Amino acid sequence: MKLVIIDYGAGNTQSVKFAFERLGVQPVLSDDADVIRSADKVLFPGVGHAKAAMDVLQAKGLDKVIPMLTQPVLGICLGMQLMCKYSEEGSVDCLGIFDETVKLFEPKMKVPHVGWNTTQGQWALSKEEGSYFYFVHSYYVPKNEHTALTCNYIEPFSAAMHKDNFYAAQFHPEKSGEAGERLLKQFLEL
Amino acid sequence: MLAKRIIPCLDIKDGRTVKGVNFENLRDAGDPVELAKLYAAEGADELVFLDITATHERRKTLAELVARIAANINIPFTVGGGISSVDDVQVLLKNGADKVSVNSAAVRNSQLINDIADKFGSQCLVLAIDAKDVAGQWKVFLNGGRLETELDLFVWAKEAEQRGAGEILFTSMNHDGTKNGFANEALARLSVTVNIPIIASGGAGAMPHFVDTFSQGKADAALAASIFHFKEIGIPELKGYLAKEGIVVRV
Repeated sequence: MKLVIIDYGAGNTQSVKFAFERLGVQPVLSDDADVIRSADKVLFPGVGHAKAAMDVLQAKGLDKVIPMLTQPVLGICLGMQLMCKYSEEGSVDCLGIFDETVKLFEPKMKVPHVGWNTTQGQWALSKEEGSYFYFVHSYYVPKNEHTALTCNYIEPFSAAMHKDNFYAAQFHPEKSGEAGERLLKQFLEL
Repeated sequence: MLAKRIIPCLDIKDGRTVKGVNFENLRDAGDPVELAKLYAAEGADELVFLDITATHERRKTLAELVARIAANINIPFTVGGGISSVDDVQVLLKNGADKVSVNSAAVRNSQLINDIADKFGSQCLVLAIDAKDVAGQWKVFLNGGRLETELDLFVWAKEAEQRGAGEILFTSMNHDGTKNGFANEALARLSVTVNIPIIASGGAGAMPHFVDTFSQGKADAALAASIFHFKEIGIPELKGYLAKEGIVVRV
């Protein structure tokens, strides 16, 4: 299987690569449109700032490539947020795969939301109810018709989303212990 | 519900753990990766690696170690010790660290907090503060507690938050090593001073101390070293106890 991690300089690509290596798969890191298009499966990770990340994707022409992909794609953390239509972080237009606005948490509780939190619901990548996953983020995607898993912090928000071949997780499966490993394994088996 | 985090801390020198550990089921008790894997398997929520190496080779040794840790463990980890520039941070994050902790360098050059947060995001920046109650005032200390400053813990924590720190790791020098419990009064005050997560450090000696720091101290996470390294408290046992006491933990 050819597993490609989109490498656009946004943070945790190394951790995602290591997580798949622990599952016995050797992913390829690439920012090349042809390499990404030819993959069986695509990982779209990211940590950092939405505006800065969109600038890099545009400079590399990947903002046009990613929404047109037809194989399974998994966005992680900032990757999931960039799959939305617009982010309040840097007031930037994003990829528009999900028709949602990424919002900054109201500081009714501590922000960023850091740590292990439970999720409600089930989806193709995680069939166990109430699993703990590791979150670290200040911006969130509100619940919407594509929400697959919900997490409750300050308000119920999208812990995971799914639409056609696009899968997305706000948490970090690559850092979520065994529950995260099971999720990544499910993605490989899609 | 967001779980309270239990964080073992490993001191690293020249790529090896120091202060000693007491695990029979490790092939090499000095290898931080082996110990890290064991803690991850036992249910630790995060790990902190504190590098106390003083040699010139320090950056290279640490970067190699970070890559080896990232390749082998499936939970988040923070690396700290002697980080003084954006370049230092870049190397560690690139090799797979999730967060870095910055201490003395941020007091000497507070702009460093803004620079790191702007470049890599607040989520990866843990501001570590060593402080001591000196005649009723919590003063910030530098250089591993050897240098007293006039800076106030609460004033400094607030400034660090405003500059972009994502979490505060507060070690009470009055409590560190005593095994008599955490600095819960100061922790609770810190928790209303800033609106970012607080990691309690210094004083863990028994399981009820963790209950107290989460309930009275309002801490979001608790860090300890020797009680875990010398198996005085096992992580599964601790988490079971906390759950029974009504503290939300990941089990």
